[in-house]
Amino acid sequence: MEKRIRVLVAKPGLDGHDRGAKVVARALRDAGFEVIYTGLRQTPEQIAEAALQEDVNVVAMSILSGAHPHLFPKIVKLVREKGLTDALIIGGGVIPEGDIPALKAAGVSEVFTPGATTSAIVEYIKENVK
Amino acid sequence: MDIAQELLNGSRLALSRAITAIENEYDEATDIMKKLYPHTGNAFVLGITGPPGAGKSTLTDKLAKEYRKRGKTVGIVAIDPTSPFSGGAILGDRIRMNGLTLDEGVFIRSMGTRGSLGGLSQKTADAVKAMDAFGKDIIFVETVGVGQSEVDIVKAADTTMVVLIPGMGDDIQAIKAGILEIGDVFTINKADHDGANKLEVELNMMLDLDGNMKDWRPPIKQVVASKGEGIEALVETIDKHYTHIKENGQLTQKRTERIKNEMLDILHSSIGSYIAKNIVDTGRLDEFVKQVENREIDPYSVVHGIMKSMLK
Repeated sequence: MEKRIRVLVAKPGLDGHDRGAKVVARALRDAGFEVIYTGLRQTPEQIAEAALQEDVNVVAMSILSGAHPHLFPKIVKLVREKGLTDALIIGGGVIPEGDIPALKAAGVSEVFTPGATTSAIVEYIKENVK
Repeated sequence: MDIAQELLNGSRLALSRAITAIENEYDEATDIMKKLYPHTGNAFVLGITGPPGAGKSTLTDKLAKEYRKRGKTVGIVAIDPTSPFSGGAILGDRIRMNGLTLDEGVFIRSMGTRGSLGGLSQKTADAVKAMDAFGKDIIFVETVGVGQSEVDIVKAADTTMVVLIPGMGDDIQAIKAGILEIGDVFTINKADHDGANKLEVELNMMLDLDGNMKDWRPPIKQVVASKGEGIEALVETIDKHYTHIKENGQLTQKRTERIKNEMLDILHSSIGSYIAKNIVDTGRLDEFVKQVENREIDPYSVVHGIMKSMLK
């Protein structure tokens, strides 16, 4: 079957490194997904536009700097405004448990904090992607 | 959404969805291509190939920016290898082109080779057509050149640029064969490294020895893409080749050849699908195999029988 699950791994904000995002990207590739990684210091606008051009099934955002309460909901809004109504939007990084309900209310389907396994992320995507 | 119509009306979402339909071989892909076809044939297609690490994506980024300065709209198809083991891929060319993401005149799509070389050329060609119908003036097809697939991919291009870097030592010897034939323009990137001039001399020597020289001697340009040096001159050179093949009729010839090959590819792939659906998947092939094993019939007669029923 020709269809592949396409995932945009996105680093919004001003994180200093992307080690975690790269580990996730490789795990997703090994699971048979096509992973588009656009590097550090992406703006929400860049992320949403890249998601559109690449017609991704999943937008996977990663933030370590604490800016997730502002940036994650903004990205969800912009991605939906581009017309990607079916894309699965997930997040990860250094995110306090207490922040997660608000993120989910804003449209982030799941949040994977440090300690989450790459296989859990892969399974979640396979089960929830449209 | 009527993808083809929305695409022709300028919807980037529709263009994106059209390329997805092409890549995933959705049923509506053929209908979409049929509707788009009358609107193709306008874009200039530039193929960019070369060994990994040569700086193709960085160079594509700089070239796109230069063409944008000159008022052209740009489409980019960036191809990266799919893992033959997992079926997945890291499509990392966009990372070098971040400055282009928010430019409304540029559309970038990353594609994995997905393991089937023949299939890739057709999908690449169709993705290019989608961007062409969308109205892009110039379309870059960027791919890693280490084998036969690149020769196939550049069949989709009007002008082919080969990007090399100095300091590759004797590896250049292995790459030369095949690259000589497909390069219309050679670019030595990272020309600020040692060995750039030596590489240019070597390339010229190889070109001197090439008995197949047509009326165009491929120019060799040195650039430092990361610093944006030499880009304007390179664009002039690329444009010169495009003008040359337009004026001497080679462009028309290439495109005719391309249409012929594409039609044959589509034909072969349709026949292949027919066989898969009607002979393999239905189990008829297994029956035939048993008969041949028992020497009840030979493979040639089996095929003859299949052909007769197919062509009835």
